[in-house]
Amino acid sequence: MSAVANPRSSGRPDAVRLMLNNRLATGGLVILVVMVLLALLAPLLPLADPNATAPANRLIRPLSEGHLLGTDALGRDILSRILWGLRVSLAVGISATLIAAFFGSLIGLVAGYAGGRTDNLLMRGVDMLMAFPYILLALAIVAVLGPGLINALYAIAVVNIPFFARNIRGVTLGLARREFVDAARLSGKSHLRILTGEILPNVAPVIVVTMSTTVGWMILETAGLSFLGLGAQPPQADLGSMLGDGRRVLFNAPHVAIVPGLVIFLLVMSINLFGDGVRDVLDPRLKSGALARPMGRTAIDPRAGDAMPAPATEAVLDVVALKTQFQLGRKTLRAVDDVDLRLREGECLGIVGESGSGKSVTAMSIMGLVPTPPGRIAGGTIDFRGEDLLGASDARIRQLRGGAVSHVFQDPLSTLHPLFTVGDQIVEAIRAHQSIGHREARTKARDLLAMVRIPNAAQRLDAYPHELSGGMRQRVVIAMALANDAELLIADEPTTALDVTVQAQVLSLMNGLRREKKTSILFITHDFGVVSAICDRVAVMYAGRIVETGTARQVLEKPAHPYTRKLIDCVPVLGQSDRRLDAIEGLPPSVDDLPEGCAFAPRCPFAQPECRKGEIPLFALADERAARCLFPLSAAREVVDA
Amino acid sequence: MHSTVEPLMRVEGVERIFGGRRKLFGGHRAGVHAVQDVSLDIMPGETLGIVGESGCGKSTLARMLVGLDQPTGGSIRFKGRDIADTLRNDFNGLARNIQYVFQDPVSSLNPRKTIRSILEAPLKHLLGLGRKERAERLGTLMDAVNLRPEFLERYPHEFSGGQAQRIGIARALAADPELIVLDEPVSALDVSVQAQVINLLADLKARFGLTYVFISHDLSVVESVSDRVAVMYFGRLAELGPARALFADPRHRYTRLLLDSVPAPGKPIVACEGSEGDLPDPYDPPAGCAFAPRCPAADDLCRSQRPALDAGAVDGAHLAACFHPPLLTGETAGDGQL
Repeated sequence: MSAVANPRSSGRPDAVRLMLNNRLATGGLVILVVMVLLALLAPLLPLADPNATAPANRLIRPLSEGHLLGTDALGRDILSRILWGLRVSLAVGISATLIAAFFGSLIGLVAGYAGGRTDNLLMRGVDMLMAFPYILLALAIVAVLGPGLINALYAIAVVNIPFFARNIRGVTLGLARREFVDAARLSGKSHLRILTGEILPNVAPVIVVTMSTTVGWMILETAGLSFLGLGAQPPQADLGSMLGDGRRVLFNAPHVAIVPGLVIFLLVMSINLFGDGVRDVLDPRLKSGALARPMGRTAIDPRAGDAMPAPATEAVLDVVALKTQFQLGRKTLRAVDDVDLRLREGECLGIVGESGSGKSVTAMSIMGLVPTPPGRIAGGTIDFRGEDLLGASDARIRQLRGGAVSHVFQDPLSTLHPLFTVGDQIVEAIRAHQSIGHREARTKARDLLAMVRIPNAAQRLDAYPHELSGGMRQRVVIAMALANDAELLIADEPTTALDVTVQAQVLSLMNGLRREKKTSILFITHDFGVVSAICDRVAVMYAGRIVETGTARQVLEKPAHPYTRKLIDCVPVLGQSDRRLDAIEGLPPSVDDLPEGCAFAPRCPFAQPECRKGEIPLFALADERAARCLFPLSAAREVVDA
Repeated sequence: MHSTVEPLMRVEGVERIFGGRRKLFGGHRAGVHAVQDVSLDIMPGETLGIVGESGCGKSTLARMLVGLDQPTGGSIRFKGRDIADTLRNDFNGLARNIQYVFQDPVSSLNPRKTIRSILEAPLKHLLGLGRKERAERLGTLMDAVNLRPEFLERYPHEFSGGQAQRIGIARALAADPELIVLDEPVSALDVSVQAQVINLLADLKARFGLTYVFISHDLSVVESVSDRVAVMYFGRLAELGPARALFADPRHRYTRLLLDSVPAPGKPIVACEGSEGDLPDPYDPPAGCAFAPRCPAADDLCRSQRPALDAGAVDGAHLAACFHPPLLTGETAGDGQL
């Protein structure tokens, strides 16, 4: 049974600690535990009989001798009744939750997994349940079954089934289309096994979260029914019926109603706070406040920026010794370490690397787009046309973003807003930076679309992003990036999500723009083919550092760093199908635990003992050519000599 | 196709239309024609590559080959037996012979299961092995995909993409199938890891005598792994032929365009279309060749009549659905580009 059993053992080990870190939730938990303990211990505590009436002692005020919380209209001890009533309310609330959770989740799981007609049938039934106001439905159920606590429990459970069913169905629907379900099917698992063994463990946290956030609600509903006289029958104590009793004497003895009211409040509040805590631990994405946006700009270490003023005047962009780090708990990830980049007017510089090499973080650091927390720029200088970007004000950075410096990202569909036409979005981009009228901006937008060679530009202004193909969308994004005469275009894998024929079109477009408008392009990619097509120079990154730079042609034809060589060799090339791919063994190191010396040494076939010691600088091999390697490949050396 | 060896799998006129049921109040809702009239043979021991751009129906075809989806027309036969019959009686009967490797290695592994329980499932449910045999076989599997046995106790999130894909491959191998359908198995991986996985797949094929259907949008990857290649466009086969011949001398204008679009060192960017020809409407496929709107050589014939797969054939092995195929090498020099 090990394949289907123990589904929950993957819980994070520090779940309890996470929970206790949340003060509100811990407070809720403490109150809840105290209340549950008191309720459980009620029979053992030296309490008066909750149902013993004593007309002589009726409506005694709280804090009196022998009756800490006073007595009610029949002279019964309120403290005793509260504790016994708490037992009832908790028992009913929790049982109703369990029943509703069981049946609701069952319906949700089956409907979500089966889909189609089954789903339709089940969910329409649930819809019908939901169409009645819940209290009316509960009343109807109680009316049919007769008043009484158990019947109230059934009523509340039934009324809450739709809530669970809909929640769980939504989650299941998403999971049932996931690839691991297909994989389990191909592993020979039956539908029942998939539902219980594959999907349930993934849905379980949602069920627990839904339960923890509904128990309080169910207790309130029980109290409501009892208040109306449909739940607990006299003389049985229950928080709701006590509240109902107190209502009749509200004006001359308010404590009879206030005490159970306060207890209900405390109970529901503590359960809800605790429930929120459970939810935050089990499902961090839903955490309230977790979606808070990062700061508008990457935090900059005060030490950064005073390294040295960059002299070069012809450079559009001059990055010196850039360090960007991420602080995750106690770990510091050195995502970008000592990166130098220089980009001239009209030049295209490629940054090549694998995922995690720091190429995107480098690009995002330039305009302060690395999210803070956890990212921060820990050192270096970034100069844009002689202006210190790290020292610039936030207002200036906002002015530059989308103005002189624009970004093009990988996925055009997530860059464009789905609910606005592309025309509106381009107009917005223009008017954010230029004080021109709407009509003029629209004309400009049309010209921009024509410039990126979108046929029927005037009509396409009114198209929504989903109406355009992937290539068209990326052209729109490029048009937006160029809307304010960008001098520097930072393109982060702009063609990776596109088909190869579309990629060719976008590359040729960017190449043309660069020549016509003298736009400088920082082009981030993992594909050497793309580099050869568009880049003048290239910087290869590995583990947060530049390991080799040079002109695209030099680097591609005569790589100096063994990593570059291996990276080129491990990619199949059209027309060379007989070559066995020369894979790089092993994995890139994690940037929080870099080896001493060369980061590539553990995977390098030419590594020597010296490679594993000390700091290895970027050695200049020729003009504009450098490699961070003690033993650059000989082919590259010949180039230098020649 | 004319060899005496029986094909392992024969796909005949397969069609898959999504939706297209009757509406509640009369009328007929148009369906999406995802795959139309695809016929091909998969020979034992070969690697058949299937290339095409997004939305061309290659993944839909792949899912039908393993029984995760059923064709709305045509038939798929495995060793002479219609898989629809096999599926009706026993889904697992098919899964014992045909397995699948998914594109996204991480999402194809259940995040809440250990690698051991993921890999044990096929051994238990498909092969019915006992505890001891399972343990033995797990060791062999992990060894086959170059993973350390202690990884068995870990959870999927602890693995990198390349390692996770090895686990996906191990799961496909577990049931000892004859045919493995690989749907973009390396597309989600970094290039350095991609090569490791491609080499691993080649080794496994030789070692276990497997047959592969290798689906990818990356032409150079497909070229490097395939014996034969099928090019799909808009749900149909555009070209089918031996890998070498097809890549050297494509007989369909679309294949030509694909090959020209791949950027490579020393090659200028070839953006082959002045204006982007969008894909035709999948709800209402055109009467003629679907590629005609983007094709430099299209004429009235192409627009009115659909070319059969042998319209531009070189011989029985190299077929192309093109009325005006690009000329063969020697006569070509720069042909097919505008």
